[in-house]
Amino acid sequence: MELAVVSGKGGTGKSSVTAAFATAGERLVVADCDVEAANLFLLFNPEHDTEQVYIGGYSAVVDNALCTVCGMCESYCRFDAITRVDGKIIISERSCEGCFFCSRICPVDAITMVPGDRSRMYSGSFRNGRMVYGRLAPGEENSGKLVNMVRNKAKRVAKDHGMNIILLDGPPGIGCPVISTVTGVDKVIIVTEPTMSGLGDMKRVHEVARKFTGDIGVIINKYDLNEAMTDSIEGWCIAQGNALLGRLPYDRRVTEAMISGKSVIEMFPGAEISIILKRIWNKLTANV
Amino acid sequence: MRIAVASGKGGTGKTFVATNLFNVLSRRGDRVTLTDCDAEAPNDLLFFRTEKVSVKEVTHQVPVINKDVCTWCGRCSQWCSFNAIFFVPNAKVIEVIESICHGCGACSYACNDEAITEKPLTLGTVTSYMTDKNNPLIEARLHVNEISTVRVINAAIKESGDEGVVILDAPPGTSCPFIQTVDKADFVVLVTEPTPFGLSDLRQSVETLKEMSKEPAVIINRSDIGDRDVAGYLEKEKIPLLAEIRYDPAIARAYSEGRLVTDEMPELASLFEELADKIIDRYGTGSSKR
Repeated sequence: MELAVVSGKGGTGKSSVTAAFATAGERLVVADCDVEAANLFLLFNPEHDTEQVYIGGYSAVVDNALCTVCGMCESYCRFDAITRVDGKIIISERSCEGCFFCSRICPVDAITMVPGDRSRMYSGSFRNGRMVYGRLAPGEENSGKLVNMVRNKAKRVAKDHGMNIILLDGPPGIGCPVISTVTGVDKVIIVTEPTMSGLGDMKRVHEVARKFTGDIGVIINKYDLNEAMTDSIEGWCIAQGNALLGRLPYDRRVTEAMISGKSVIEMFPGAEISIILKRIWNKLTANV
Repeated sequence: MRIAVASGKGGTGKTFVATNLFNVLSRRGDRVTLTDCDAEAPNDLLFFRTEKVSVKEVTHQVPVINKDVCTWCGRCSQWCSFNAIFFVPNAKVIEVIESICHGCGACSYACNDEAITEKPLTLGTVTSYMTDKNNPLIEARLHVNEISTVRVINAAIKESGDEGVVILDAPPGTSCPFIQTVDKADFVVLVTEPTPFGLSDLRQSVETLKEMSKEPAVIINRSDIGDRDVAGYLEKEKIPLLAEIRYDPAIARAYSEGRLVTDEMPELASLFEELADKIIDRYGTGSSKR
């Protein structure tokens, strides 16, 4: 079974909740799909046994010695990546989307496509099972494809190690890597917070998730920041047919545990928040 | 000048800082624009009383294949670097997968049979608002299930112009949407929190900005919830620390209800006024005065 934890809004506590779930029960595979800001490895210190290069995309590089400045590439590029400065063609790596169009039409073959090869995917073991995670190099594209690579690896690892549960820690937002994280999973868990932004962003990520699964559960983190808002979020969830998985109180010990490199369940097993998280996890995995 | 408020990690307080900075500058009558570049999760609008001025759709051109003319040569599919043209020649199947098309136009050029025309596909919207203090607020909003965030952000930044101070509320992460936003800023403020996750993501943002030859300054939000490792890192890297904002349930509560702390908490109003002065005096180009 694959479960994905997402949020829409960043910083609602996705990774802290994922870390708690990953250490709450039986051994499992954890996959960090937040490839732009992978954090779970900081808590789990996995021992890598594989490291793979991920080619996210390509960018165009012009050889000015060959270039005749005919301007064809400049006129066809739709990403405003090609400009002419002092009679020389300049290609902006930041704006180039790697479509190969310019390199294909250049009459003197002055443009080469260079792969971005600084992104990595790692796989290894951590104290409660196996862990797979990706790290997208800054400015690289196609994070959704790296998420797919992480998920495929996690499935293989689960099979090889006879593990039944794959837990995905998703990225914030609603874009490409989020779509790749929730496509085809068995359950989506949305972690939100009782703020207007939390509610608005939850609705947007919900719209993405419900295209892929009917099994959506919501956790309201730091519910006691604003109980009236918590009530209205719960009301919205019920109307949408989402499962209300639980409310978690604000507890500084979550941060304290993080600083010690542990999940809150590991460090403060008797805390109210740990007990609630454990109960939610047992319910989510009851049928596995 | 354009100031980008960014962070690697989500939820550290970018929107909190951007909206309050905008608010103190608006209140004192400066020429200031707030641009919400977090197109996947835009929230700045929640904090202001505004009137809608205009809505622009952001589109790109996607191919339409006329199967009656198509000779099934497959060139369009070969030229597509994004696998957005699904082509099975024997079964005479050819379909454009619009959601992954980047709109580069290579397929239309590649087609020798004039079988490809193009149509606009809406990716999102850029909406201009005017606040009750007469300052523009521009919002980039990506349509759900679209992926070309960057185009929507670029359109919003273009719409914002460069008069006075323009505050860009950046998207989280360090990939293209972040880079496109900070690339257009004269100065970047990174908002972080003093936790291992906050530090790890801050480090990644700083390294990315360094590669772009940009020198950021940092605000530590909820400065008393974690450890001192972030402060230590800033000292070691000689990155200016602009402000520390302590955790306060009253701030969290105001934020949760879409209220601005600079309107209700005098000590935060002065903190943000000082912050604005510091940024504009030290890093500013041109004047924000009307």
